[in-house]
Amino acid sequence: MIPSERPLIYFDHAATSWPKPAEVGLAMARFLDEVGANPGRSGHRLAVDAAQAVFSARDAVARLFGEPDPLRVAFGHNVTEALNLALFGYLRPGDHVVAGSLEHNSVMRPLRFLEQSGVEVSIVPASRQGFFDPEDFRAAAKPNTALIAVNHASNVIGTLAPVREIGRVAREIGALLLVDAAQTGGAYPIDLGTDPIDLLAFTGHKSLYGPTGTGGLIVGPRVDLDRMRPLKFGGTGSRSDSEDQPSFLPDRFESGTLNAVGLAGLEAGVHWVAERGVEAVRAHEVFLTQRLIDGLTAVPGLTVYGGGNARLQTATVSFNIAGWEPSDAALRLDDDHAILCRVGLHCSPAAHKTIGTYPKGAVRFGLGAMNTAEQVDAALAAVRRLADGGR
Amino acid sequence: MNGSWAVVLVYSTSYAIRIERILKAAGIPGRLVPVPRHLSSDCGVCVRIDPAQKEAVREALTAAQVEYVGIEDV
Repeated sequence: MIPSERPLIYFDHAATSWPKPAEVGLAMARFLDEVGANPGRSGHRLAVDAAQAVFSARDAVARLFGEPDPLRVAFGHNVTEALNLALFGYLRPGDHVVAGSLEHNSVMRPLRFLEQSGVEVSIVPASRQGFFDPEDFRAAAKPNTALIAVNHASNVIGTLAPVREIGRVAREIGALLLVDAAQTGGAYPIDLGTDPIDLLAFTGHKSLYGPTGTGGLIVGPRVDLDRMRPLKFGGTGSRSDSEDQPSFLPDRFESGTLNAVGLAGLEAGVHWVAERGVEAVRAHEVFLTQRLIDGLTAVPGLTVYGGGNARLQTATVSFNIAGWEPSDAALRLDDDHAILCRVGLHCSPAAHKTIGTYPKGAVRFGLGAMNTAEQVDAALAAVRRLADGGR
Repeated sequence: MNGSWAVVLVYSTSYAIRIERILKAAGIPGRLVPVPRHLSSDCGVCVRIDPAQKEAVREALTAAQVEYVGIEDV
């Protein structure tokens, strides 16, 4: 790391949250030092302790998302893996899938690949401000629509998709709804007990405040497990007498040793979020985000993307400064102001095409639960200097 | 448990832990132990319970809507 005299202002939570709550690292160290065995592979006390740690993470994630059955949480290494599992596992040649124009490449690339093997893909456009009309998803549906896949919130401009309304459309047309909760899990309320979501893909290292290498897919009761193929086949510690993959959750989708140390950290992260409450985290982020949007909008020469209303988006805001390439602006923000952000296309060319910033990209500030109003104000002052021509 | 036990046989370790926790919440002691070889060739675990509590265990697991393979005396 470059030594910095200023305290860092970390505005890249949309990529991964940092710092993590102290409990996360402590839980991981404790797991390595005191447990360390393979979860679910033996019956000795340390193996049981390891399995307990993984189950506690499963239980914590299920509770946070309102899922009554923790065994429906299938862990993987990140949200990309979970989305690949859902898309490659569920879709077959001849199926039709509807997705939004704000999808991350973690959905878009699997869909474009599947398209080559006979899956039909329709993309519903969002408005230039990043909002969807749920009826557009109904209009895009066909008799063979098997799945609607939608990014719960854009990783570029933060705008929220109306997943409840889209989920109702999915039920009416007899399709499943897959939600990419990379940007919302832990930062925006999700309740699988009432929200019509069939497959929820989440990551552990963003707003759940766990380590990288954790994530998963919550598989709802409407999903036909016999139809849904695993991405990986192999050892599960269960049904060892059989050479066939287990049919039950979560083992069907959890072949190979899990990232148990990471999941121990994830449990601590989820616990940290749950102690504060998703609603309280959300309220803090809405406050910070509106302060940021209002401040940016008032700077001459700035273009701020999205709808301008923090209540309709996550704590991620993208903008461009007249006369600045995003990459130059980011380097100056880092070097002179110790503000860490992300520029470019954010793995979402479709989203940048939607908002009119392709291929130049934009500067993205991704705020998190630990950011403060003082940091937002300091960042606004820095952006004003850049916009003033302060190279 | 006086030297004789019953075990709840399960699909996987995850199920075993879920069942152990459901039983604990219902005030019924259970312990994860390796599956006795004569009951299954599986490499996993099961939940050991007091045979006097088999009915209470069945009721608790039915109420929680959790599946299990069976309850066997050991």
